[in-house]
Amino acid sequence: MGITVSLENMEKIYERPKTLKDKVMHYCPGCGHGVTHRLVMELVEELGIQHNTVGVAPVGCSVFAYYYMDIDMQEAAHGRACAVATGIKRMMPDHYVFTYQGDGDLAAIGTNETIHACNRGENITIVFVNNAIYGMTGGQMAPTTLLGQPATTCPLGREQAANGYPIRMSELVAQLPGTIYVERVAVNTPARVRKAKKALIKAFKSQELKKGTSFVEIVSNCPSNWKMTPVESNKWLDENMLPYYPLGLYKDEISGE
Amino acid sequence: MAKVKGAVIINTENCKGCGLCIHACPTDTLGFSKEINSKGFNFSEMIKDECIACMSCALVCPDAVITVYRMKKDKAV
Amino acid sequence: MSEMLLMKGNEAMAEAAIRAGCEGYFAYPITPQSEVAEYMAREAPKHGVVFLQAESELAAINMLYGAAGAGFKVWTSSSSPGISLMQEGISYIAGAMLPCVIVNVNRGGPGLGTIQPSQSDYFQTVKGGGHGDYRLITLAPSTVQEIADYMGLAFDLAWKYRNPAMILMDGALGQMMEKVQFKPYTDPGRDLSWSTRGKPEERESNFITSLFIKPEEMEQVNLQLQKTYREIEQNEVRYDSYEVDDAEMVLVAYGLSARIASKVMHILRDKGLKVGLVKPITLWPYPYKILSDLADRVKGFFVMELNAGQMVEDVRLGVNGKKEVGFYGRMGGMIYSPEEVAEKAEAFARKIGM
Ligand SMILES: Cc1ncc(C[n+]2csc(CCOP(=O)(O)OP(=O)(O)O)c2C)c(N)n1
Ligand code: SF4
Ligand code: SF4
Ligand code: SF4
Repeated sequence: MGITVSLENMEKIYERPKTLKDKVMHYCPGCGHGVTHRLVMELVEELGIQHNTVGVAPVGCSVFAYYYMDIDMQEAAHGRACAVATGIKRMMPDHYVFTYQGDGDLAAIGTNETIHACNRGENITIVFVNNAIYGMTGGQMAPTTLLGQPATTCPLGREQAANGYPIRMSELVAQLPGTIYVERVAVNTPARVRKAKKALIKAFKSQELKKGTSFVEIVSNCPSNWKMTPVESNKWLDENMLPYYPLGLYKDEISGE
Repeated sequence: MAKVKGAVIINTENCKGCGLCIHACPTDTLGFSKEINSKGFNFSEMIKDECIACMSCALVCPDAVITVYRMKKDKAV
Repeated sequence: MSEMLLMKGNEAMAEAAIRAGCEGYFAYPITPQSEVAEYMAREAPKHGVVFLQAESELAAINMLYGAAGAGFKVWTSSSSPGISLMQEGISYIAGAMLPCVIVNVNRGGPGLGTIQPSQSDYFQTVKGGGHGDYRLITLAPSTVQEIADYMGLAFDLAWKYRNPAMILMDGALGQMMEKVQFKPYTDPGRDLSWSTRGKPEERESNFITSLFIKPEEMEQVNLQLQKTYREIEQNEVRYDSYEVDDAEMVLVAYGLSARIASKVMHILRDKGLKVGLVKPITLWPYPYKILSDLADRVKGFFVMELNAGQMVEDVRLGVNGKKEVGFYGRMGGMIYSPEEVAEKAEAFARKIGM
């Protein structure tokens, strides 16, 4: 038994957002999807936009996002989240509409939809969880798998000659005139979590301007398929993912003239 | 005993024992339990009363099971 | 009644959709129906209708999913290769029980095929196309007037049953100029309680999905779908029949072929052969019963289709071995002349003892 501390004279300064349903998420212990879900739901609660937010879940580990996020949601076919979100947003231009997608969903099978939504400047927020692997299907190579990183479909590590290079989506979509805000963040330390949340809030709020697409890439982990403990996976992320996927702001035209 | 500045309540039943909060805690307030919850996880719990209510644990917790409390200003003499 | 207009089938389709109160249209250009998107691009803004040219049919059908899931009255149109590309999305739409209208202006295949008219997508439309046990309510117009009439009907059926509806036609009908009169349309009212327009405090969050990972749940979803399909089969079978009362042989044809079939019927009647015509309007649910009833008193059926013989399988199901079923078809965008079919049908008539 741990110790118990009396809460007398104490004030609550943090608790689980009410916009996150009272359910245990199916994610593996330590998975970044959980933190990202929480952050999105915190901002929906704080901005008071539960009544006019519609989310789009992908096919990937986060396919059941709608079981956890207490907002209206749609589950899109693998890769089609940006098209689904476009359909929703075009019909309801004053709603906050976002997609939540993994790297296979957004940057392999759905690259076309992603690029074109960004290029049209759809007024949606794209939340992109890059964990460099196919989580849901059991650890196959993703478009973002690093060179040398093993996956079940490149057991000896990703090789450029056979599989090409890991794709940097933030850099890519920042090039498109349709995007208004692009930032790459991570959620593996408390400071980064705070920053990630700020980025997400900024991205969501930018929808009010109707000036283009906001894109937040979250460099995340997959302890199960990386075959590491959660703590090790976060360290591996620092040492391997971040040099190739540098955190930072890639585009911010929100406060532009 | 140090002056108590904060505390966390962990919904241990829903904790998955990932240990990220333990790793993130700057005061080593948290540690794994000896017992397991009904899902078989060694959950995280306060093992010291040195919590400074920094929220680091709650920020990194993927399962949003940590509630953080801080001693009210006027009481923290 | 509104005035009589002279219009192309493709344009009448778009105009009818606007008059039926459609709220959005998402599509990717493909011959022979690009005029639909062009018409919508021009006219949609005047009526506050959303128009978007998608980057592909894959995107278009998923935009439709999103918009329909938010409870809007939306549609798309395409032609065979584009419809093939949409199949995944159509299956998801059916699985998620979303109402919307999809028009297929059928061209000859397989593959890139030809832009000429064909009926070779019958199987794809009524027997599946995408994965899983689902059905598309399918309407087959044979005149420009019917195109206009079925547009509103397709929306109403889709919304009544929360099921996608398809209008299956072909390029000849799309390009054909004919007189058309738009009948006044009243929306029968739509239930939006399931749609995702943002969660108000007083209700639980809504979600649109076709995923139910537990087989026990997925079976329930399937049973629900099957229940709806049985209801549709019960209530919505539509067909026209011509001169079947004294007929000894019945022609069966839909869409463009039905127009030609009526000429065939007259050629054969002029020769003294008692020939009637059944024109299915709904290809699913299929009018099996009229065929089964007729099978008790006619000598045989003759099916004509612009394909290798697809609907003929449904005719055989309806006739159920009671009488002989003949078939004539052309493929690859070729259209038969009435005389050509009449010759084949006459030979069949002789064979069955007429
Ligand atoms: C059309 C189609 N192809 C393949 C799949 C199988 N599939 C499901 S999820 C997935 C990859 C998911 O990886 P990612 O998008 O990176 O998300 P993660 O699970 O890592 O969060 C694949 C290939 C599918 N569901 N649909
Ligand atoms: S498989 Fe990977 S991405 Fe999926 S829940 Fe587990 S840790 Fe997270
Ligand atoms: S609030 Fe800070 S000090 Fe307290 S347990 Fe959590 S991480 Fe440790
Ligand atoms: S981070 Fe959360 S789930 Fe992980 S051990 Fe700590 S309290 Fe449990």
